[in-house]
Amino acid sequence: MSKRSERRARKQAARLDQRRDTYATGIDPVHGVWRDGVAPTNVATWRRDVDRHVRTPVVAFTLTAVFWLLVGTTFALIASFKFQYPDWMGETAAMTFGRVRPAHLNTMIWGWISPAGVAIAVWLWGRLLKTEVRHVWALNVSWVLWNIGVTVGTVGILAGYSQGIEWVEMPLAAFVFLVPALLLVAYSLLSTLRHRRVAHLYISVWYIGASLLWTPVLIVAILLPIYSGVPHATANWWFAHNILGLWLTPIGLGAAYYLIPKVVGRPIYSYHLSYLGFWTLALFYNWAGVHHLVGGPPPQWVVTVSIVFSVMMIIPVIIVGLNHHMTAFPRIKRVIWSPTLRFVVFGAVSYTVVSLQGAMQALRFWQEVTHFTHYTIAHSHIGVYAFVTMIAYGALYYLLPRVTGWEWKSKRLISLHFWTTAVGISLYIVGLTAGGVLQGFLMNNPDVPFMEIVETMKPFLWSRSIAGVLMTVGHLAFAYLVWEIVRKKGERPPGPVFFRQPPAGVYRMMTGADPDTGDGSAAHPVPAP
Amino acid sequence: MITRASLIFLGALAAILMSFTALAVLPAAQLATIEPTPGTEEYYGPTRRGREVYVREGCVYCHSQQVRPPDFGADIERGWGQRGSLPGDYVYDYPHVMGTMRTGPDLHDIASRQPSADWHHAHLYNPRSVSPGSVMAPYPWLYRVVEVRGDGPDNAVPLPPEYAPGEGFAVIPTEEAEDLFAYLMTLKLEAVDTPASDAAGATE
Repeated sequence: MSKRSERRARKQAARLDQRRDTYATGIDPVHGVWRDGVAPTNVATWRRDVDRHVRTPVVAFTLTAVFWLLVGTTFALIASFKFQYPDWMGETAAMTFGRVRPAHLNTMIWGWISPAGVAIAVWLWGRLLKTEVRHVWALNVSWVLWNIGVTVGTVGILAGYSQGIEWVEMPLAAFVFLVPALLLVAYSLLSTLRHRRVAHLYISVWYIGASLLWTPVLIVAILLPIYSGVPHATANWWFAHNILGLWLTPIGLGAAYYLIPKVVGRPIYSYHLSYLGFWTLALFYNWAGVHHLVGGPPPQWVVTVSIVFSVMMIIPVIIVGLNHHMTAFPRIKRVIWSPTLRFVVFGAVSYTVVSLQGAMQALRFWQEVTHFTHYTIAHSHIGVYAFVTMIAYGALYYLLPRVTGWEWKSKRLISLHFWTTAVGISLYIVGLTAGGVLQGFLMNNPDVPFMEIVETMKPFLWSRSIAGVLMTVGHLAFAYLVWEIVRKKGERPPGPVFFRQPPAGVYRMMTGADPDTGDGSAAHPVPAP
Repeated sequence: MITRASLIFLGALAAILMSFTALAVLPAAQLATIEPTPGTEEYYGPTRRGREVYVREGCVYCHSQQVRPPDFGADIERGWGQRGSLPGDYVYDYPHVMGTMRTGPDLHDIASRQPSADWHHAHLYNPRSVSPGSVMAPYPWLYRVVEVRGDGPDNAVPLPPEYAPGEGFAVIPTEEAEDLFAYLMTLKLEAVDTPASDAAGATE
């Protein structure tokens, strides 16, 4: 080790020691003062206890999520390859494109990313409110209901009982389980909020807490039997857009707001901006959905209002982008060694991309070309996959070792997971965005016969299938890693799994172990200050 | 006691209720008294069941049912309708199947441009039998293969040899296929007395 890097490491270690001291005196530099003015003498032990306290629900929701991720991936592949081989499984009603595609969407939204979000939210709750999560039984019951709900819903769609409302295809029977499941999660987390031991509510709590209120309202509102025709369409897109904006986005942003400062070891860039970001999101996002019907039959004022709010979304997006990127980029080199940071930064950058794109594409001149094309499919995948799902991966890589007390089996598999999903989703987005724009221009040219457009799209649809295969490889690697860490199988790695060895000071902060001796026994419970 | 946390969450709740009112309740109230456009009829019997088949098989994921007004896109030049769709066309639609994707063509006026039962049945049985290169899914479970006796069934679907079930057999539509066809034949945009430029904004 050179003298210079040695000096830097020593400095860093001193700074970290100082931070531990501030924990011990009860002043937390990130989360404010302890509510009762007294901090546990041993923050590390306490934190470990809070982490392990939610072990059962967090692991259960994670396993659910990963299971449905694999199921949803299978549906995705089937749906995508049906563009290349439309007669493949053509005799089987349950496997027709019009059923498999909504089954894919619903298993991904309600089976994969929602339970993953619940696992992340539950864990963050204990960390941020510095108390044990109350009513863990409610979370466990919720887990059971959740799985029944998604199973009923998926089987229902495949068997032909779809409600036919986009993003709400699951039959009512599924929501009979899903809504109470969601309410139980909200009950557990909001009652924990009453017992919080911090005076200050970190911004992640705002996002996740609000989303726990928004989502049941959304679901109940769309299921009300008060619409038909055009109003049903506007309500439908109000709902569908908000499930992304008010349920998945807040959880993704909440996780990123916690993990980026945590891994890079510095506070968020501007705390005041994050309030503004929250309120502008809360006020603007939920008005944006009807831009899905630009040029369609709804009253013009509804569409115009939606376009205006879509454009106003630039404000929260820039704020959140500033906060995340200005926190991460000064130490962006850490993506070389931290799996969590790599996934989360990928997701945070995607959030900026997808939202700026969304704000612009609501405009009429843009919609005239891209509406009704594969461009929209690409856009929604940047949102649900490149943004929320990538952040969820990063968060799970961070929290599962802390919850289970075990470590990830293989950094190579994590690396494989990252590169296949990152390259896969990028290929997917580039292919369908380009294809969609071309499709739109051709469709607006009446001299081009429709069948010629279908033919022109075929290579782009191939790129979608190939991208899907790549992502599937990543999902299998991820599922295997999760399975192994939950079963605590094999020899425990000597320390946290990094892609590369981090600097000594950082390693000491993350592990409490000396980087030279690599004493693995102390990998997670950080010793007392 | 109003705490900071409850203020945040009350604010959040108020935000969503506002947008719900504006985007779901107000349009419903505004359009509650709208007259169905001429030619729009309530679904009953076969058309109703046919619509259920349309919803069940997820046709909406590839076919929209909204013709854009003349100054927006080229739907009318493509012959997908003589006018843009109006709110009055949809008054009896639940769930709505307006769609947001056109992997296949728009269907809001399909009955006007393709009224042939034979064509639709052959197309649904296997789209490539009448439209080579199509990526549409086949729906053979809406049809039955029967043995031909004598002259064969009256309602046999005419298929090119490579898609036909073989010598001595014929494909006939089930009741569901007939219903679906009946539903498709309700999709017709009749001319209405509205200034063309006002087509999309007719309800303003």
